[in-house]
Amino acid sequence: MAASLSCSSNPTFTRVTVSPRSSLSPTVPHFLKFLATTPSHPFRPLTAGSRSSSFSFAAPRASAAAADDDKSSSTSTSFHGICYVVGDNIDTDQIIPAEYLTLVPSKPEEYEKLGSYALIGLPDSYTTRFVEPNETKTKYSIVIGGYNFGCGSSREHAPVALGAAGVAAVVAESYARIFFRNSVATGEVYPLESEGRICEECKTGDTVTIELGESRLINHTTGKEYRLKPIGDAGPVIEAGGIFDYARKTGMIPTISA
Amino acid sequence: MASSTIAVTPTSFILNKKDLGFSAFSTRSGFSIVKCRRTIFKKICSVMAPQQSERKPSTTGSVKTGMTMTEKILARASEKTQLIPGENVWVNIDVLMTHDVCGPGSIGIFKKEFGENAKVWDREKIVIIPDHYIFTSDERANRNVDILRDFCMEQNIKYFYDIKDLGNFKANPDYKGVCHIALAQEGHCRPGEVLLGTDSHTCTAGAFGQFATGIGNTDAGFVLGAGKLLLKVPPTLRFVMDGEMPDYLLAKDLILQIIGEISVSGATYKSMEFVGSTVESLTMEERMTLCNMVVEAGGKNGVVPADSTTYKYLEDKTSVAYEPVYSDEQARFLSEYRFDVSKLEPLVAKPHSPDNRALARECKDVKIDRVYIGSCTGGKTEDFMAAAKVFLASGKKVKVPTFLVPATQKVWMDLYGLQVPGSGGKTCSQIFEEAGCDTPASPSCGACLGGPKDTYARMNEPMVCVSTTNRNFPGRMGHREGQIYLASPYTAAASALTGYVTDPREFLQ
Repeated sequence: MAASLSCSSNPTFTRVTVSPRSSLSPTVPHFLKFLATTPSHPFRPLTAGSRSSSFSFAAPRASAAAADDDKSSSTSTSFHGICYVVGDNIDTDQIIPAEYLTLVPSKPEEYEKLGSYALIGLPDSYTTRFVEPNETKTKYSIVIGGYNFGCGSSREHAPVALGAAGVAAVVAESYARIFFRNSVATGEVYPLESEGRICEECKTGDTVTIELGESRLINHTTGKEYRLKPIGDAGPVIEAGGIFDYARKTGMIPTISA
Repeated sequence: MASSTIAVTPTSFILNKKDLGFSAFSTRSGFSIVKCRRTIFKKICSVMAPQQSERKPSTTGSVKTGMTMTEKILARASEKTQLIPGENVWVNIDVLMTHDVCGPGSIGIFKKEFGENAKVWDREKIVIIPDHYIFTSDERANRNVDILRDFCMEQNIKYFYDIKDLGNFKANPDYKGVCHIALAQEGHCRPGEVLLGTDSHTCTAGAFGQFATGIGNTDAGFVLGAGKLLLKVPPTLRFVMDGEMPDYLLAKDLILQIIGEISVSGATYKSMEFVGSTVESLTMEERMTLCNMVVEAGGKNGVVPADSTTYKYLEDKTSVAYEPVYSDEQARFLSEYRFDVSKLEPLVAKPHSPDNRALARECKDVKIDRVYIGSCTGGKTEDFMAAAKVFLASGKKVKVPTFLVPATQKVWMDLYGLQVPGSGGKTCSQIFEEAGCDTPASPSCGACLGGPKDTYARMNEPMVCVSTTNRNFPGRMGHREGQIYLASPYTAAASALTGYVTDPREFLQ
């Protein structure tokens, strides 16, 4: 940040070239682009006509297959619930502390248990617990955070714990790479990016709605609306339930015969 | 724009190369040429040939763009001649590593998705290293190692570094310890290759001039069955470090300086390439420290160009042919950072973030409760040698409990077998004992990441710790209110001697 760049504690540092942060950096990390022919641009303006642009390429195949998907329908996915608000650099140790990593996410009963420990590593300054003691699910279906959410370890237990606790989406200013990737690969939660610091304007317990197709978050408690960055090609993968389910749905890999 | 800010003369791609006509990749030394020639007709042949012809000016003209090391490694592994940052490519994986924390979940996904009777893509390219939660009575942790063993038996995995006798690690000749150090010591890290691991510090192996990054269970499950993975090509940040390294600095100070400069998200999605005369002078273990903490800046991978130091380290460790690659002079870097290392001072990262940089001497009033020397970052042989050097120079005893956790069995043996230079023949273990440190513990990840409650040296109380590990987020070493100061082994040892965060120059000069 500006502060850390200006008060260098060692005087010998010189930055030869200063590039705009966003010049090549993928602000919308749509790295799971499975179909090379997709022309959709991640920054397509949100005009009425492009409302469902982020899903358009997958719609012909995915929408039919997703018709029985109770989580969402491909064109008007929305999440409604109360939100839990955290700050910047929420690392994986705070999302799921290492002592719980003995739980294996692919085992159903241990998956449930991981959910009960979601965000238990937050410092005591967070006075509201994310998951109440003796509960396995949270009442907060949306987590709102600052920048670099999910930094630290590569543990897939982190998005899994959130998903298992009942979180549908995380909205943060930015994500650490592996957390974003794991969220998409598992299909556990939608890692959505906000355009500003929503975490400073929302409070834990606020009622919010996320309109995925419109890339919009509405805080009903405050009456404010916020733009989100389009989830892009990662959306259909999460909707399908992760990379394996997506790859099967779209015919990339064969379905295992039962 | 940003990517073209490096001033390079726009000469034709191949004309300014001394080894003209030999290889498209620039080579740095006679040694590497020998290596290349030895390996070129082997497995790489089919991938190399089209690249060489592609790069002749007559066929490409002057529009051919240079590539960074990372781009080249991914290009070769995806069987492409040219890649640019942002492209998504299917990459063939040379080595997949997993451990006891993420292995069982990855195996579960592999079985679920590929079938109960599915076979892994290559039993010789999978390395399984139990290292996280080993010396614990936690039943689930013990069960997870059993899951790894069963899977390795079933799949006939060639490289499984098993442990059965938890009471005495020395009774397990196969057991290694911390995966990232074991990978290097056992010869699984090779220039030009692609290594994926279910651990964020897999980037450590970038020290060998390879692409190495951490992945989750689902991606690992996919790799187990398919041997490839869809990866996005990262743009590269280049860090040029020149100047003679003062004898009170270690690579840990360099990477703390860099993370402090670019922040914990400054390299998110990006590759970090370390070059310059200082980097060239670093040993392999020090280069590993540098690359190890790339992920603490959000980086996807870190790389150090392979050179004679690399080849010498690998000499007796692997017989597998490898092919190093180097960034082209015309390669595009997102930005370049330069450091004069001779002017740096010993650093720490204050709680609770690895980018919370401060000079060690600025923190001299911070009273500490303990010191921890260990982990993939700071638990290698040279890290303990460095700590021993400080204890030796001071001749004093530590004032706070000082915990030593060698990364691997090999490191442990070095502590008891190698003589510390200038000590009159003493080993590290003797010096540590004289200084009043705890006896070196069984090699594992230990308390670096907290772990089960009975983990050795875990912070079960809200204490202040100076640690040679890599992360100081809340709760990282156990207690959520514990405070961790990340530091080099020099600074950690100096702090142990005073009971306060201490600049090692107090003892080394």
